[in-house]
Amino acid sequence: MFSGLFSGFMVGTWLQASVMAVVAGAVGFFVVLRGSSFAAHAIPQGAFTGAAGAALIGANTLAGVGTFSLLGVVAIARWGRRGQHDVVTALCLVTLLGVGSLFLSMSTEYAEQTFSLLFGEPLAVSSADLLPTAALGAGCITMVVVLFRPLMLSSIAPELAAARGIRPARVELLFLLAVGVATTMALPVVGALLVFSLMIGPPATARFVTDRPLQAMAISGGLGLITVWVSITASFWSNWPIGFFVGAFAVVWYVLGRCLARWRRKPVRAVALELAGSGSR
Amino acid sequence: MSILHAIFQPGLFSNSSVQDAAVVGAVVAVVCAPVGVFTVVRGQSFAGHAFADITATGGSGAFLLGVSPLLGFVAMALAGAGATELLGAERQRGRDLATGVLLGAGLGLSALLLYLTTTTESTTGAAVTVLFGSIFAVSSSTLPMVIGFGVSALFLVGLVYRPLLLSSINPDLASAQGLGRRTVGLVYMVSLALSVALSALTIGAILSTALLIGPAAAALRLARSPGRAIVCAAVIGVTATWAGIILAYDSYNWPTAQQGWPVSFFVVSLVLAAYLLAQLTSRRARRA
Repeated sequence: MFSGLFSGFMVGTWLQASVMAVVAGAVGFFVVLRGSSFAAHAIPQGAFTGAAGAALIGANTLAGVGTFSLLGVVAIARWGRRGQHDVVTALCLVTLLGVGSLFLSMSTEYAEQTFSLLFGEPLAVSSADLLPTAALGAGCITMVVVLFRPLMLSSIAPELAAARGIRPARVELLFLLAVGVATTMALPVVGALLVFSLMIGPPATARFVTDRPLQAMAISGGLGLITVWVSITASFWSNWPIGFFVGAFAVVWYVLGRCLARWRRKPVRAVALELAGSGSR
Repeated sequence: MSILHAIFQPGLFSNSSVQDAAVVGAVVAVVCAPVGVFTVVRGQSFAGHAFADITATGGSGAFLLGVSPLLGFVAMALAGAGATELLGAERQRGRDLATGVLLGAGLGLSALLLYLTTTTESTTGAAVTVLFGSIFAVSSSTLPMVIGFGVSALFLVGLVYRPLLLSSINPDLASAQGLGRRTVGLVYMVSLALSVALSALTIGAILSTALLIGPAAAALRLARSPGRAIVCAAVIGVTATWAGIILAYDSYNWPTAQQGWPVSFFVVSLVLAAYLLAQLTSRRARRA
């Protein structure tokens, strides 16, 4: 039943999925803390266009996804500074996706390939992608480590951050860049529409369990690892799209976290909410 | 004359699927105008987009069962509205997370349903139809349903227009006046769900946000009063959809296309252009 699950061509998938889960957990912690759900949702969906475009001109998928995540990040960060942030995010998202629909109509690719870009394909990882993925993962973790203090400060106490000379616009741009990098790694495996689930399901749960940042990051990384490992196995076995399992796991974790928080009835949840509530925006 | 001829190509007005598409597009754009204006003013673009993503599940389910996609879109959008209401509107932050988890689950489920559709039937491209839309494929038998749902959405918004406006602009004053905030919110959610479902039918589930948010956001930059903004949004929306339909019809004869360019692409681009133009105009007006 599970023969072939760990054979040669699956090694790349396991490695990439594991790195991706940890990175998404770390970045996702800040997505939840800063309340940037919509941006974190828009960047992967917009990046789908990159994958579709790469398929159209025969370029590398990773390169296409990376380019369009970057485009989305820069558009949201620059344009969102004036005007309504959520409206701008929505417009960026649909514009990118609209172009994606054009690419799809022009390409002669099979419907299955489109489907796997949208909803994930565990076998999508080629061994040639491993090195760039590892580099992206290392880069992303480095960014999170370097940005840790300014990000925490500007998320929880914006005034204090401003007093320390931290520029919120720059922090926001760098943070969105980290989201873009995590997206680029995760998109080929879990699909454009479900990267977001991986990025907020485990971290949102971790916030219910603990209010210490490092612990929360570790928990969300761990939950992310369980999610992708079980999802890959289940998808390999049942042939169902991997995105379904990832999305379902996000709900399971979230409901468990909520129940746990209610059951404990400790002030933990109140503190967590207070911290989240006092953030910017 | 030849330019006119190039824009309105022969057969455009006599083609029955173009006629149906024009009616559907107009109804949807008009319904989305008031709902969209409220969505932008209340800062609930994310909720609107989440509904759109969740409706994809309904569209996929409809494909699997072989019923009209509109029914699937509407059923799932209403379910989404109910779930959002159940989760409660404690705080913006907590609500955003719950919405996000919910929409992820919806997309995951639609992945499964679409997969099952492709395995049981030989229909390929159901995913593209549900997610990116195909207004020319809307059958004329769905037209009465489209108009029915559209009229009900407009009726609901009209019913709570004044309290909704008050609670959108000044929530404290609205609750001080003892308005049933919960009821007003619920009625708004249902009308939002209906318009998202209609928009999903027109330009696809994950693009439907464009028709909801785009014209409204542009109109709010141009118009001074809510009433005028709604009219302005309706005009922008109808223009964008009709122009999109005409361009898509023309694109079948363009050299680069093998099968014509998608309507959704044109509609989304035109909506974006309208928003950018409105932003430019309003900035210039402010400077003058």
